[in-house]
Amino acid sequence: MVEAYLRQSALAHLGLEGRGAGARGAAGVAMSERPHRGIVNLRLDPGNAEAMAALKAAFGFALPAAANTSAGNTDTIALWLGPDEWWLVVPGPEPEAGPALAEKLRAALSGHFAAVTEVGESRTCIRVAGPRARALLQKGCPLDFHPRAFVAGACAQSILAKAAVTFHLFADESAAQAGAEGPVFDVYVARSFAEYLWAWLEDAGAEYDVAVVA
Amino acid sequence: MTQRFRLPEGGLIDRAKPLGFRFDGTRYQGYAGDSLASALLANGVHLVGRSFKYHRPRGIFSAGAEEPNALVQLGAGARSDANMRATQVDLVDGLTAASQNCWPSLGFDLGAINNQLSRFLPAGFYYKTFMWPAALWMRYEWVIRHAAGMGKVPDARDPDHYDKTYAHCDVLVAGAGPAGLAAALAASETGARVILAEQDGELGGALLGLDETIDGAPARDWVAAARAELEARESVTILTRTTVYGYFDHNFLGLLERVTDHLAEKPARLPRHRLWKLRAKQVVLATGAIERPLVFSDNDRPGIMLAGACQAYVNRYAVKPGSKAVVFTNNDGAYGAALDLAAAGIEIAAIVDLRPDPEGPATERAEAAGLPVLAGHAIIGTRGDQRVDQVRIARISADGASIVGGAGEGAAQTIDCDLVAVSGGWSPTVHLFSQSRGKIRFDAELGCFLPGDAAQATHLAGACNGAFGLASCLQTGFEAGAQAAKAAGLKPGKRRRKIQKAPEASDDGFLPARWTWLVPSDRPLGQGGKHFVDLQNDVTAADLKLALREGYRSVEHVKRYTTTGMGTDQGKTGNVNAIAIIAETQGRPIPEVGVTTFRPPYTAVTFGAFAGRDIEDLLDATRRTPIHAWHQRNGAVFEDVGQWKRPWYYPKASESMHDAVNREVKAVRSSLGVVDATTLGKIDIQGKDAAEFLNRMYTNAWSKLEVGKCRYGLMLGEDGMVMDDGVTARLGEHHYLMTTTTGNAAPVFGHLEEFLQTEWPELEVRLTSVTEQFATVSLAGPNARRLLAELTQDIELSANALPHMGLARGRVAGIPARVFRVSFTGEMSFEINVRASYGLALWQAVMTAGEKYDITPYGTEAMHVLRAEKGFIIVGQETDGSVTPLDLGMDWILSKNKDFIGKRSLTRPDMLKPDRKQLVGLLTEDPAEVLPEGAQLVETVLAKPPMVMVGHVSSSYHSPNLERSFALAMIKGGRGKMGQRVFAPLQGGKTLACTITGPVFLDPEGERLRG
Repeated sequence: MVEAYLRQSALAHLGLEGRGAGARGAAGVAMSERPHRGIVNLRLDPGNAEAMAALKAAFGFALPAAANTSAGNTDTIALWLGPDEWWLVVPGPEPEAGPALAEKLRAALSGHFAAVTEVGESRTCIRVAGPRARALLQKGCPLDFHPRAFVAGACAQSILAKAAVTFHLFADESAAQAGAEGPVFDVYVARSFAEYLWAWLEDAGAEYDVAVVA
Repeated sequence: MTQRFRLPEGGLIDRAKPLGFRFDGTRYQGYAGDSLASALLANGVHLVGRSFKYHRPRGIFSAGAEEPNALVQLGAGARSDANMRATQVDLVDGLTAASQNCWPSLGFDLGAINNQLSRFLPAGFYYKTFMWPAALWMRYEWVIRHAAGMGKVPDARDPDHYDKTYAHCDVLVAGAGPAGLAAALAASETGARVILAEQDGELGGALLGLDETIDGAPARDWVAAARAELEARESVTILTRTTVYGYFDHNFLGLLERVTDHLAEKPARLPRHRLWKLRAKQVVLATGAIERPLVFSDNDRPGIMLAGACQAYVNRYAVKPGSKAVVFTNNDGAYGAALDLAAAGIEIAAIVDLRPDPEGPATERAEAAGLPVLAGHAIIGTRGDQRVDQVRIARISADGASIVGGAGEGAAQTIDCDLVAVSGGWSPTVHLFSQSRGKIRFDAELGCFLPGDAAQATHLAGACNGAFGLASCLQTGFEAGAQAAKAAGLKPGKRRRKIQKAPEASDDGFLPARWTWLVPSDRPLGQGGKHFVDLQNDVTAADLKLALREGYRSVEHVKRYTTTGMGTDQGKTGNVNAIAIIAETQGRPIPEVGVTTFRPPYTAVTFGAFAGRDIEDLLDATRRTPIHAWHQRNGAVFEDVGQWKRPWYYPKASESMHDAVNREVKAVRSSLGVVDATTLGKIDIQGKDAAEFLNRMYTNAWSKLEVGKCRYGLMLGEDGMVMDDGVTARLGEHHYLMTTTTGNAAPVFGHLEEFLQTEWPELEVRLTSVTEQFATVSLAGPNARRLLAELTQDIELSANALPHMGLARGRVAGIPARVFRVSFTGEMSFEINVRASYGLALWQAVMTAGEKYDITPYGTEAMHVLRAEKGFIIVGQETDGSVTPLDLGMDWILSKNKDFIGKRSLTRPDMLKPDRKQLVGLLTEDPAEVLPEGAQLVETVLAKPPMVMVGHVSSSYHSPNLERSFALAMIKGGRGKMGQRVFAPLQGGKTLACTITGPVFLDPEGERLRG
């Protein structure tokens, strides 16, 4: 077991936790970094019924089949990224979460053609929540963020400002962030872009008042 | 300052909120709700600018976006905008504005001499005069531009900030007049997501300036009720002070929202302007119509205004634009204006009507009210220096081409006045429709261009589609809104209300009218008076006729030659008159002449809005490695490599770049260096056909690479040119990790995916980008192994266990790692890959343990020197997309036993020519001279260019190890010219002599990296 304190998140040097200590007030947007998630990229033919069933048995839910939807339970979330591509995400920050998730997938898919690749270290997650979260994200992304178009549970790969990102809108707001009003988006971004994107979000969100939350 | 021309009551202004402002330094007062134009008129200020070419005095002409004259410089210093239409500027407390295009003052302008010289300044004057000599054009241009002038640019950078956003809706309604409001009501009735965009600060459009009733109550009440209803609907967004400035492909529209311009106190958190990039499923254009002037002699003096504008100033702003008015019209509509002016206490001296037998609903009301009408008459001239004070009037002939009684003063009568209200009919605002590539057609009865077939998902409502009566506006608005919602896929019904039926209102248009496009005078055209067609660019009817006489036929050419319609107002008032006069002169029907192109923007958009927040630090994304903070703290100077910030070198206290790079290079060769190699592209490749895939993508063979070993690969494009290179490791039976150059990571990934998906979908191979999954810390130097041994217990580092191009797994500094023994420096080198979040911890552990070896972090510059000493190429530096492996002397990496991408191209005759540029080394005869990269090389030096060039320098450095300069170069047939001299003639006259050598300068046997 490697020492967890040696890990540095992409935004660790910004001291966000210290900033998040203050009161949130009437901010229109609340932002935080949710780092160190275990994420595995899965490439698998969805027509491989046997493999799909094996995954369902292993994880307790079926991989989402419809474009830009998610599925999952409290342990693991699956995001549809493409016709034969998913992300499986373990929200906790445990250092071995990613490798363990990959092992679980490889075990379940033993004997099938699939590519299981850990990518969690290459991303961080910026949580953007609050009553003006949709308006803020709409500024930098050409997708439609209206509640009728970007529905609870939806996910999508697109751009935000000049960074490639994956959006995930939580189906259950209260579960995602206790006490938060409004939608809760997780924005996954390559860690090299994280500081740029955070600065962009703070700048674009200034008119709504951005609260940094712990 | 008293507002002498403010009516005692009425209007939509707030008399409880007086606002102070300055125009040309003089203090005035207006009210909240005023535009700058209405506030100036309330104070009796008509003269507001000088015209572009002749510097003639000009006044406020309109009350809206079409304003050609009243363009002012707004604000001062850094917050200054030129060419702002006073008619659309909301008055705010403390506003300052200045007239443009005059010197030394508005009242006394030296440039007005141009008016006296106008006989010598015909259309095309500049083209004709300043064509020759061409070399002097730059000087002419400066003088001309200085003399013409269109306001001043701000004298400092813009202190405001701007916002941009994407947006989506089911139905966009452009314009919130009666038609637009009705459309928004009907569309949102279905629950559709509606955006209603209005350029004005208030909803209501033309109703704001008219005294109309709807359902028996004042029209403004209906507007207020409609607004309340719309605001109550959750799916409706109302954007005021928002101009739909462009209608592009696929129902993509540009909107400019002016967020804070109208606020005296501007909240710092709000952007000044917001640019909306809107994708609308359906669009309803309810953009209204613009009144046209009449083209008569000297029709440009201050006090000559559009009739509907006069009406708006009276009704909306409670301002009297004059005391004694002459109304000049060719249609019934202006009679309504005359009645409103009379009701406001303005004396109507005469209604001069081109129509011989005036008729129509408003005409009848005016006649009943006893207003004096001169039927079949025309204004044939005006007088007045800084404001119109008299008009001359004569009866015109039945064909409208001349005045009755012929030339001479006798035929005319004069009327004193200080206001001329003009109406030449109405032009539907088809700009957005035309921008969307919709067809425009001429309607002879209405005397205007109307929308024809739509090219996109566009619906039309109200006056912009020729429905000029109020009832028709409401009716077509409701219909268009409902249609648009239906077309957007929404079902009517659930919330159906009575409001779906249009309310009761009058339905008077402006017909009947008489189309006399060029009003005759008692003098020949162009002599003794000017018939202005384009007020902003000072284009007259005589100019148009001159252009036609000189042989210009197409309306597009006449436009460019005369500049009609090319001002900032884009000819909103003048274009139809210009086209009609061209048609009349050519004896062709108007549809045959056609229209000039309507281009975005409808009105000007601030550059700041397009830039938005994409400025300064946010101009582009910057990418940082997990170790970036350490580099920063330790004084690294960064180099941009694509979007990455990479340490270039790490200067100590007083070191120059040269000193720092020398120190770093020496440290690697003598003891130990460390570089952050995280940015190298990494692609994870899995599947049973992975080796076959690599065989096809790389020039060399991969089938026999053992698990746990690495191999250098070269990738070509289909043209046989070098595309990328890098080391690929075999991690498992069907598992490889490819590295790419930093800048090429994304293109290479795309290249691989393209072939996998489109050419060989049968291969069982899947790719995943893992560039950022790992942080890479690369140790290089004679002490690299010693240091690594101290940091790991479970990796065997001996030359046998981990040879050059070997791979090991274990822990380094307690962190799970992969260690690749690969080298880009020619030294023994270990690339340690750990999960990205441990990158900084690993780097710090290496730095601490490495102190005893004087471990030296080195940047990209030192790395480049080190690899060049070894003759290692950099893709993109030695190569430029036209270099083959053969040119680089890399025949050894081209497999003869298999096919690969680019292979066939390499056998083209041109690829085998002996005089292709080939990679060689280059040593200057003076070892202290460092050749500039990019320098061209010649074999024979001439006194001056051109000289025959035989190649160029691709990489060039000083080497502390060689204790001299050295370079890599691409030279024609270079490998056959070893030992020969070439010369680099440099800018400034210096020529450096060099000798061609092999490209490897250090350790050609590779002893250092194997050890």
